[in-house]
Amino acid sequence: MDVFLQTLVSGVLTGGLYALIGLGMTLIMGVMNIINLAHGQLMMVAMYITFVLFHYLGLDPYFALPVSCTFLFFLGVFIQRYLLNPLMQVESILPENQVLMTVGIGMVLTEICRFIFTSNYKSVPNPYSSPTFFIGGISFSKAMCTAFVLAVMFTVALFWFLLKTDLGRSIRAVAQDGEAARLMGIDAERIKVITMGIGSMLVAAAGTMLMPIFYLFPDIGGPFTRKAFVITILGGLGSTVGAIFGGVTLGLAEAFGATYIGKDYEDMIGLIMFLLVLLFLPGGFKRLTKV
Amino acid sequence: MKENAGPLIVLGILLLFPWVITDQYYQHLMILVLMWVAIGSGWNLIAGYTGQVSFGDAAFFGTGAYAAGLLAFKLGISAWWGLALGGLMAVVIAFPFGWICFRLRGAYFALATLALNEVMRHIATIWESLTGGMVGILLMQTFVSKIPYYYVALVIAVIAVVTVQLVMQSRWGYYFVSIREDQDTAESIGIDTHYYKMISLCLAAYLTGLAGSLYMNYMSFIDPHIVFSLHDISIMAILVGIVGGVGTVYGPAVGAFVMVTVSELFRTGGFGLVDSVTKAIPYPAVMLAAKYIKEAHVFTFGVLVILVILFLPNGIVGDWPKLRRGLLFWRRQKA
Amino acid sequence: MAYFEVNKVFKHFGGLAALSGVSFGVEQGQIYGLIGPNGSGKTTMFNLINGYFPLTAGKILLEGREISGMKPFRICQLGIGRTFQVVKPLKRMTVLDNVIAAGFLRTESKIEARSLAEEIIEFCGLTRQKDKIAKSLPIASRKRLEITRALATKPKLLLLDETAAGLNPTELDEAVALIKKIRDSGVTIIIVEHIMKVIMTISDRILAINQGVVITEGTPKEVASNSHVIAAYLGEDYSA
Repeated sequence: MDVFLQTLVSGVLTGGLYALIGLGMTLIMGVMNIINLAHGQLMMVAMYITFVLFHYLGLDPYFALPVSCTFLFFLGVFIQRYLLNPLMQVESILPENQVLMTVGIGMVLTEICRFIFTSNYKSVPNPYSSPTFFIGGISFSKAMCTAFVLAVMFTVALFWFLLKTDLGRSIRAVAQDGEAARLMGIDAERIKVITMGIGSMLVAAAGTMLMPIFYLFPDIGGPFTRKAFVITILGGLGSTVGAIFGGVTLGLAEAFGATYIGKDYEDMIGLIMFLLVLLFLPGGFKRLTKV
Repeated sequence: MKENAGPLIVLGILLLFPWVITDQYYQHLMILVLMWVAIGSGWNLIAGYTGQVSFGDAAFFGTGAYAAGLLAFKLGISAWWGLALGGLMAVVIAFPFGWICFRLRGAYFALATLALNEVMRHIATIWESLTGGMVGILLMQTFVSKIPYYYVALVIAVIAVVTVQLVMQSRWGYYFVSIREDQDTAESIGIDTHYYKMISLCLAAYLTGLAGSLYMNYMSFIDPHIVFSLHDISIMAILVGIVGGVGTVYGPAVGAFVMVTVSELFRTGGFGLVDSVTKAIPYPAVMLAAKYIKEAHVFTFGVLVILVILFLPNGIVGDWPKLRRGLLFWRRQKA
Repeated sequence: MAYFEVNKVFKHFGGLAALSGVSFGVEQGQIYGLIGPNGSGKTTMFNLINGYFPLTAGKILLEGREISGMKPFRICQLGIGRTFQVVKPLKRMTVLDNVIAAGFLRTESKIEARSLAEEIIEFCGLTRQKDKIAKSLPIASRKRLEITRALATKPKLLLLDETAAGLNPTELDEAVALIKKIRDSGVTIIIVEHIMKVIMTISDRILAINQGVVITEGTPKEVASNSHVIAAYLGEDYSA
């Protein structure tokens, strides 16, 4: 029973962070219809920033949040404005060009980081002197808990932003119907740029908070992009609530998979879930709730 | 016949190549180019012509490689049988692959192929009793010289290009492009889109699997990371396709040549040019630059993808008029 | 037993009843019109006949053979061709190639498909545009291409979905002439149209539907003077 609870806790905590990653991606997908295969690489950039701030300025990872989030916001804006928006105008046979563009961007980002930091594993030690605390017989990682709480705060802030502010409503309008939004006077291009910024910012937050827990190396982007997809598809494209469910579900699935089946299969579980959902539940969890 | 003059001349050059250029390194490069012509042509069939952009062609490449490898390693069957059978095994894989992925459209299809690619890689790694897992397969090379391998690669590349040429001029070709242009319209004029998508995929799988078996026989060593690699095989196939020209017969050939050249150019630092410069000017800055140039080939790929998609979305062959105008304009400016 | 029969067809999209108990029969060689205000279910009806959507209930039969539930390409093979309301040309192919692609349904030989295509293009009056890329055509030609392509599949029954919309008066007359020519060549036609002048003059019989339900069915004259039809189109005030 203890093992079960431990796994459960572990899964939920990780799931909270995964939800942040998924939220960023689902926002981007919902508004711009872009499959961002560079999402994990954006997170990697944020992690490197966190690393640099820690090593050269001694800055605690959690205080690095504002820096990494801001930087990634502008990076996202740059990417959307100069590399992705122009693609709308380009006439080509393959509609999947924007997916390929993000692949290219991901490659460039990875290699730049490899160039600067080499392929060696980097890490930021856990900022707490005793890394875990215990409730009952179950250990809670302090770093994960803090990250989870911060992730929840970010999520709540995001929802408030989307529901209560004008900009947030504009974003939702473009997500629902770009043409109609344009007709209402919304500058859809600008909204897309801002959304990409926000999406990048969210994944940056996730990255910064994951820094004390994961080893960092340039190729870490790929697996995380894949996770982001599983989460987004599980929850239903464009559904922010769904992304939260998706994140937690993936966190739980990975935790239980690792405990009961074996660490090797962790990636496979995500992949298989992904395929199953794509095949049988194309609307994601969102679809289930509509029934 | 006139339009075939160019390619035939190139074919003639290729036939004579290994007798003229005897440096094994360059022969090796050409073998790689020819291999990529086949893979790129396969991808072009399913993606460029039929409009189903696959991110998972490594699944077929790896299957072909392992089929050939396992037949030789475990059953002692000559590697040359493995060549033909490798292609067939890849076709067998194409069935479930298509069945799963063709239910989905557009970007979802792309993602599903990517996921399947990764699943195949994991299976190959985990199923150690069959594939030897991460240990991979090691075979004895049949020939010492590269020349026989070169001609086999040439034959495969020619088969690939000719197949694409013939298919695209036939009924199948019309059907593939119709599916790409508008799947609903295609159905409404009586095309069984599912069936023809499968045919296109099987053809692509066969060509790619063939290339995979060639790789096994030529390199003598494979493991799941090499032959099922998402970045080195699947994405490279896409790059070969788009850089060369999606939906053109000779695009993959041009793309293969460009991509392999660029890759090696950086990996070896201008084929040793950088090293010579460094020896002549042994300043630290130069040596540092040299070191970074050698490691920059993936970076360059990334930049190349971005530039091609922005400015030459139909590839070198597809956007040839645009490219020519750009180059001529540049030359006139200099004068 | 009619040549083509729609039998108590229902179509529900979730909670929305798009078609409720629609039935009608078309005789061979007729031009059968389908009218109704926007959203009444006309295009849905076509999508059901064509196989794009599955029926919720009911049957559709061609020459006594049930086609409901078959896939679109199979239905085309059995002899039903269709044009789309929002035209869907195969954009990057030439007009000729568009039609050759359709022509391959009835023959495996490229030479035959090509000559069939050229023949049908001639029949529909598109010969001068045959080598133009479909994307570059004006709307009237695109609509004509839709019809040409459908004809190349040698249909027994042709479904025309608002082929006259967006055409100027000259183009309109040409379109009507073409439709009559097609009927005279032996093809049965079901036509959906908003432009009353067109549908009233060429149809042999008309079915009027509103909100998924049949209002009335009969000759153009009968339908035009039916009070329910008038009410549906123009409002209650005019029907009295």
